[in-house]
Amino acid sequence: MTDTRYDRAPGDRSILADAEESTASGLLLYTIGLGLAAGLTVTSFWAANTLLLWAPGIPLGLATLAIAQMGVHLVFFLHITTGPDNTNNVLALAFGVLIVTILVAGSLWIMANLNDNMMPPPELMNLPMRH
Amino acid sequence: MNIAVAIDDVDRQALPPASEAGPAPKRIVVAYGFWIFLLSDIVMFAALFAAYAVLRNATAGGPTGAQLFNQGSVAIETACLLASSYTCGLMSLAVNARNREATYLFAGITFVLGAVFLGLEIREFAGMIAADAAPQRSAFLSAFFTLVGCHGLHVSAGLIWLAVMMAQVELKGFRATVKRRLLCFSLFWHALDIIWVWLFTVVYLMGAAA
Repeated sequence: MTDTRYDRAPGDRSILADAEESTASGLLLYTIGLGLAAGLTVTSFWAANTLLLWAPGIPLGLATLAIAQMGVHLVFFLHITTGPDNTNNVLALAFGVLIVTILVAGSLWIMANLNDNMMPPPELMNLPMRH
Repeated sequence: MNIAVAIDDVDRQALPPASEAGPAPKRIVVAYGFWIFLLSDIVMFAALFAAYAVLRNATAGGPTGAQLFNQGSVAIETACLLASSYTCGLMSLAVNARNREATYLFAGITFVLGAVFLGLEIREFAGMIAADAAPQRSAFLSAFFTLVGCHGLHVSAGLIWLAVMMAQVELKGFRATVKRRLLCFSLFWHALDIIWVWLFTVVYLMGAAA
């Protein structure tokens, strides 16, 4: 499957859409995905509730686990691969990730800046008015 | 079936390059178009996530996330949605194998798991509104209900879509149009699960940690 004419449909495991895909290998793929995703989810819930880990690092760890689980879902459930018959799907996904990153990171950055620059510190807010 | 295998056996070097091959099969075009739609939907969710992340501390003296969220219920919701994503994948395998009974079985399990998820979410929302944590209480709660409610609406739409698709399988059988719609449905359902991964991480787990 290195020299296909068309890109593969997202969600399909091969260019042969229909009954040519063997059900057994598909079942194995979905089951591996379920196992990995369940493991990552359990780890996330454990990390959020444990006292063993350094608390300030937990949000970063949770974000990492979420990114990993997103990758598991993309590969094992949506069958996105790096193969040459997947170029269009991957490019569209990469553009989506770019926009999402700009949107979320940009919003947080701008709003944090605005908060820093606009909000007078509390001690200034509580000054008595003098006319 | 044998014809398709025979075509596959053709030396691929002999096939014309993509630029000369003519339009791609409709299944590929339809699924790719739906993929683009899903990515735009995810961009919309990104805007809601950004709004939530900016407003999560704007509680206006009202209840915070750590006081409101019940992680046990969220864990069950997560398990339901992950399992339904799995059974949705098994359903698409059954569709590809043209196995009607297995399709109905896995679609039914997917539907029930999605309905349980939705029921738990509605119960959570009702409990919060009863506890004076309605959307109008604070900017944090407005953003929370918009973000989580929007995902819930997508799940509801998915359940209706699944029911309609099962009626189409019953009435029309596994014809090409029905199979394309089922492919789009499974893409939609898996994408909803990806959004839920971010939801429980950002809203519920980070909300409890903060």
